[in-house]
Amino acid sequence: MNKRAQFDKVSLSFETPKGRLKVVEDVSYDINDGDFIAVIGPSGCGKTTMMSMLAGFQKPTTGKVLFDGRPVAGPGPERGVIFQEYGVFPWLTVKQNIAFGLTLNANRVPTAERDATCDHYLGLMGLSDFANSYPKHLSGGMRQRLAIARAYAVKPQFLLMDEPFGALDAQTRSNMQNLLLKVLETEGKTVMLITHSVEEAIYLASRIVVVTARPARIKQIIDVPFGYPRDESIQERPEFAELRSHIRQLVMDEYRAQQAQMRPVSFSE
Amino acid sequence: MNGAGVRRFGLGLLPWFGAILLWYAVRWSGFVNVSLIPAPHQVAAKFFELLTREGLLIDIFASTRRVFLGVALGILVAVPVGFLLGWYRPARTFADPMINFFRALPPIALIPLVIVYFGVDELAKLVILFYASFFSGVIVMYEGVSQITPLYIRVAQTLGANQAEIFRKVIIPLTVPHILTALRVALGVAWATLVASELIAAQRGLGAMIQNASTYFLLDVIYVGIICIGLIALIMDLILRKITARLLVWQDRAIA
Repeated sequence: MNKRAQFDKVSLSFETPKGRLKVVEDVSYDINDGDFIAVIGPSGCGKTTMMSMLAGFQKPTTGKVLFDGRPVAGPGPERGVIFQEYGVFPWLTVKQNIAFGLTLNANRVPTAERDATCDHYLGLMGLSDFANSYPKHLSGGMRQRLAIARAYAVKPQFLLMDEPFGALDAQTRSNMQNLLLKVLETEGKTVMLITHSVEEAIYLASRIVVVTARPARIKQIIDVPFGYPRDESIQERPEFAELRSHIRQLVMDEYRAQQAQMRPVSFSE
Repeated sequence: MNGAGVRRFGLGLLPWFGAILLWYAVRWSGFVNVSLIPAPHQVAAKFFELLTREGLLIDIFASTRRVFLGVALGILVAVPVGFLLGWYRPARTFADPMINFFRALPPIALIPLVIVYFGVDELAKLVILFYASFFSGVIVMYEGVSQITPLYIRVAQTLGANQAEIFRKVIIPLTVPHILTALRVALGVAWATLVASELIAAQRGLGAMIQNASTYFLLDVIYVGIICIGLIALIMDLILRKITARLLVWQDRAIA
């Protein structure tokens, strides 16, 4: 299999007035073409930092983060990022948001092609009726769909998602998960998803990376025994329940470790 | 105009009627010497007299032009300076105390120095108005720009935007609201400073008119001058608000 992204003995720490704060420690794993990796761990453990290094916003202190065999030097359109806060541009209409990436020098396309791409994603994301609306008129779920459409429009080979559905209500969240699966089916992308929901990780991912409380280390990498396409029925399967209780246990252990750690704020020198 | 529009217009007009009634009431109450308060209708008569015989329009034009030029120049400089200060933290640390020092100085206190260095002509008045607009505008600009969230820049980067594109397509649209606010604030401050600037040997202008009238105790002329300044400032602000609403349709406002 073709290795898309590699974390090679990656550590990240920074100086604080109280000493050196380790955020990520000695993390190594590969993400292959077509993988859907879910990274799960207690909140504040450093999983977003992992994604942020692959996205190119932060550099590892030691070790290497590689994309297509080359060290990540900065953000780029081949690695689409879906932010937790959506980040849809409020001054642009829905359609202009989707078109934004395609108007840039890095991925400029002829106007006709741009319109076609916009229409395609407007339809796919159920936003056609809002093409000329401003984001202020959209609900949270619609803003998230818009953010996904905008990231997809520039055809990234790799999609990084930072708790993308965290702020949505249960119903919208489940709709968005199904939509994501459907979109992946047709568009075929490699995904790294940061989440704190065990169900979400199992339902969507092909592989789950469980990380420890800060500093984030790899606790276990688990293969999810379900193929694609998937639907909600897998959530009724005994393997799903088994896997869920196994991962929950792992995450709970780390959560407790984190709580214990937090009482006296611990900084290693 | 639809029903709601008429109602809004009426609602906006109501306090003015209230103010005029109050004006008459104070005059007739007997608490204040009547010769010290010209009646609204006397002021109105004076207004038409000044308009038709004394060239009030020339004064209005002179003052409006000064304010307009002062604000335009002040904001033209305040936008890039305020932007740099808001964007680069070291620049702010460097310039912030200075700006706050100069901002605190009332322009009227600077008039003697302005006369010494810039004379008593049009330039001196412009310098005062420029000073007032620049310092009020620059603060609004850099406070606004320093609050721009880095999220949108990150999003643009992940979509492949280069530095120039980020500036043109993300930072400028995010800066426009602050430029418009700076303009509104500067316009208000400039009108407030106008009378002070026209203390400098002005021949014409609403401030000069008020100064001259005060020498001869022409209270009705003073009232006309004050009302004119207020009205023109109000009209300019309304125009600017219309432009703002047009440019910033995308903004999420609690009250439309």
